[in-house]
Amino acid sequence: MTDPKDFIAGMGSNARKSPTRVVFVTRRTSAQVKVTDEDQVQTYPEVLFRAIVAIEVLAIALACVSLLFNAPLEGIADPSHTPNPAKAPWYFLGLQEMLHYFPPVVAGVLVPTLVVFALIVIPYFNINVEAEGLFLKDRKRRLLIFYLAAAALSLFMLFFDVYVALVPTLIVAGFMVLAAQSSPQSTSAFRRYLAAKPLSYWIMTWFLFELAVLTAVGTFFRGPGWSWVLPWRS
Amino acid sequence: MAKTITNYFEQLRGTRVWRSVFRSGTGSSTLRRALAVQQNVFLHLFSTKVRTRMLSFSTTWYLGTLTFGTFLILVATGIPLMFYYHPSVPQAYADTKDLQFVVSSGLFLRNLHRWSAHAMVFLVFAHMFKVFYRGAYRPPREFNWVIGVILLLITLLLSYTGYLLPWDQLAFWAITVGSNIASAVPVMGNKVHFLMLGGNVVNANALLRFYVLHCMILPLVAILFVAVHFWRIRKDGGLYAHQSEPRTVAAAPVPVAAKGAQS
Repeated sequence: MTDPKDFIAGMGSNARKSPTRVVFVTRRTSAQVKVTDEDQVQTYPEVLFRAIVAIEVLAIALACVSLLFNAPLEGIADPSHTPNPAKAPWYFLGLQEMLHYFPPVVAGVLVPTLVVFALIVIPYFNINVEAEGLFLKDRKRRLLIFYLAAAALSLFMLFFDVYVALVPTLIVAGFMVLAAQSSPQSTSAFRRYLAAKPLSYWIMTWFLFELAVLTAVGTFFRGPGWSWVLPWRS
Repeated sequence: MAKTITNYFEQLRGTRVWRSVFRSGTGSSTLRRALAVQQNVFLHLFSTKVRTRMLSFSTTWYLGTLTFGTFLILVATGIPLMFYYHPSVPQAYADTKDLQFVVSSGLFLRNLHRWSAHAMVFLVFAHMFKVFYRGAYRPPREFNWVIGVILLLITLLLSYTGYLLPWDQLAFWAITVGSNIASAVPVMGNKVHFLMLGGNVVNANALLRFYVLHCMILPLVAILFVAVHFWRIRKDGGLYAHQSEPRTVAAAPVPVAAKGAQS
């Protein structure tokens, strides 16, 4: 420190909003906090009122659904009579669809555990926190890794005949290729949007897509013996 | 009209009884309104002020609020359902039939509970994806995201344990399919399966276990984690707003002692 004064001090106050603030910026680091005061509203009554209205609208909607549609109730549980197909609750039908292709230890244990683990660790990786476009930096290497990973995943699914999961994978991979060919300077807004998307975005979108497709297939398009059926021809 | 309601309410807040119940005192000053939140054991989980733009529908789609709403509906409908239900075989099925055909509004009660349960599972997923795409999991909110994942699992377990209770074919075989997956756990799969069902197959023991989990343990755990989830929103600086986050910018030369904390 050649400068004898190695800190600066400042004071600011806005008596109507906040008490007096004193700041010391030491060692010339310059905090550069760029937070601007935003408009705020009181939680009571404004936010609580909105929350109550939102919940009431939901309650009315659900009450209407309950008046129009009855919850299913079949015959009494009979362990000696297995329905065909026996289906899990709808939110597990994605898993059940995978059980059709993979052994239970993979589809029923390994995959859900990995999904939960992956969800938990998302915020602990700096690459997700910084969230920069996947192919904007270190492009060549990342493109190579992406092609290898996408090809390996697709071949794996092809090998086990999991076309249901292969199609969403290929679609997402297609958009990723388009993102790799795009840049923040692209003329189309959609391509600029794609170029800015980080790795976590692509993985999550792929996961959401697979979840939606597998659950929908398991719920609507699977009949006796887990064969393909059309829901409107039952 | 609205004015009179407000006046009446303010009057009510001024009464001796009201003031003995709520510690915040009367008046519509900003301070009093802040105290109304801060001095209430339930509301103090929330911050006293919220950024205006976090209230716009497009920011959050109110998915967290709505998920909590379904939870409230499920508690409100679940308790009366418990009055008419015995967790035993085959009485459970007979009770469910009675709810459908004998109990006044029993059908509506069960419908509302069932559809709200499905809605809650859907809304929890929707909430998770919305939070992810907003980038709201970023530090310092990372642990609240983890609590959210735990709440997702609790919600799935709540729905899954409730699925068995009507004791019809749909319930029995759905739980059989689901619980068979537990047997696939390496090494201790069969032990886990047995622990879960209280037997080797879905039977009366399983029904009792699922009932206790569904009506007692899981709701209490859910309430606990929901409370922490809400409280962490306040502690982590309110709902995530991308543009207002402090950004590290290249430091410009700072004039001596001039620019202070004027924010």
